[in-house]
Amino acid sequence: MTELKSNSTKFDNLVEIHDMSFYRGARPIYKNMNLTVPKGKIIAIMGPSGIGKTTLLKLIGGQLKPQSGKILFDGENIPTLSRSRLYEVRKRMSMLFQSGALFTDLTVFENVAYPLREHLNLPEPVLRNLVLMKLQSVGLRGAANLMPSELSGGMARRAALARAIALDPDLIMFDEPFAGQDPISMGVIVKLIAEINQSLGLTCIVVTHDVNEVLSIADYAYIVAEKHIIAGGTSEELRQNDDMRVKQFLEGLADGPVPFHYPAEDYLTDLSRGIS
Amino acid sequence: MLNILARIGQSGINFIALFGQAGIMLFGALVGKPEFKKQFPLWVKQFYFVGVQSLTIIVVSGLFIGMVLALQGYFILTTFSAEASLGMLVALALLRELGPVVAGLLFAGRAGSALTAEIGLMKATEQLSSMEMMAVDPLRRIIAPRFWAGFFCLPFLTAIFIAVGILGGALVGVDWKGIDSGFFWSSIQNNVDWWHDTVNCFIKSFAFSIAATWIALFNGYNSLPTSEGISKATTSTVVYSSLVILGLDFILTSLMFS
Repeated sequence: MTELKSNSTKFDNLVEIHDMSFYRGARPIYKNMNLTVPKGKIIAIMGPSGIGKTTLLKLIGGQLKPQSGKILFDGENIPTLSRSRLYEVRKRMSMLFQSGALFTDLTVFENVAYPLREHLNLPEPVLRNLVLMKLQSVGLRGAANLMPSELSGGMARRAALARAIALDPDLIMFDEPFAGQDPISMGVIVKLIAEINQSLGLTCIVVTHDVNEVLSIADYAYIVAEKHIIAGGTSEELRQNDDMRVKQFLEGLADGPVPFHYPAEDYLTDLSRGIS
Repeated sequence: MLNILARIGQSGINFIALFGQAGIMLFGALVGKPEFKKQFPLWVKQFYFVGVQSLTIIVVSGLFIGMVLALQGYFILTTFSAEASLGMLVALALLRELGPVVAGLLFAGRAGSALTAEIGLMKATEQLSSMEMMAVDPLRRIIAPRFWAGFFCLPFLTAIFIAVGILGGALVGVDWKGIDSGFFWSSIQNNVDWWHDTVNCFIKSFAFSIAATWIALFNGYNSLPTSEGISKATTSTVVYSSLVILGLDFILTSLMFS
């Protein structure tokens, strides 16, 4: 596997995961996982459904604690931070949830204004302009007064993106940003991720299984399976990877190392039991 | 036999663990640096949602319960020619038992279930997680204003329930059955004791408001983020709140009136 290296100072990596293990009850989700996310890059994390990709984002965000290992955010070990320090660190990161997670009792404008009102004491005219600028950047300035229930799925995700960049964080984590989107919405979100990375220099971690979309913008991609990273590299490097698990995932093959059939006893034995 | 004992023990441990989690949730919500400027608009909103929107059911139920109480009381008291004491009967029954208990049960059904469903849905739609990721503590922003709204609103609702109930009693006793209005109201004035009846009524009401709101908030916060999980949590809120209110009522009554 190609390990992503950063060859300057250690804090050039915004996120570093070292030998991290995480269990849900007795079930291991990650075992001795290592991963690095350099500053200012778009990093894709791909893998089959149910493998724990969202869990990985929650671990980075400190919403879950690993049983062992380190998760460093700009040099600070997230699992060992005090609650107040963790909340300070979270002001520098944000997350775009799969559902958007907009507050349903607030308008789009108030949703975007929410983190600003919570953490900054801005005069109302400044706050208004700031919110409108964020909404303009995602193309939803005209929808400022709509309620989340009046938005389409794609618009809700764009509004949530405007809220996620409201505090100008250093890191944005995208949880399945393309899931359930029509091609136009998907194209818009791909464009927006690339734009906020280039214009604001934000580090982006995109968790997804939409291979083509994410590889078109990602600087580097990891594939997660079997409780750790099984491959990593640029788009080209991954496509040339000979590992059957990588090939099956990238080419969407129905059968392979991840079997088509859920483990079961012998088919004939199972059928004949019904007859007898 | 051992298995049964083990199961009972396990249930006890689970209950204590849940109680501990609920305590930690409430502690996290209520203890911390006061933020009046940020909290005040949330309080107003929740007072409206929990208190004002419960008024209809409280007023209508209070009116009918007062009327039924007066009607039944009238039938019984006339057999002893004691119908002049009808006001006292209605007022004391409402102040000592029916007011706090029925208002508490209605509150658990109307506001408690709504609080659980709202918080459960916020959890299921990742609104609580997104708040945490925005470095905003959901316990302080979501749980605390709802708790205080429940805590203060139920005693107010109880007072309204009792007042409307007594008016309903007067409507039946005085306007319908023709009891002298002076007898009706003076029997209330002479027999209702401020400390023994009214203050105890509000002590009960505050106790029920803490129990019902706490149960509703914890069930929502602890619910499984699925439609079935929210449905179960909402049902649990109504069932547990009702049972706790009735149990607490017995304990408090035995302490206050024995």
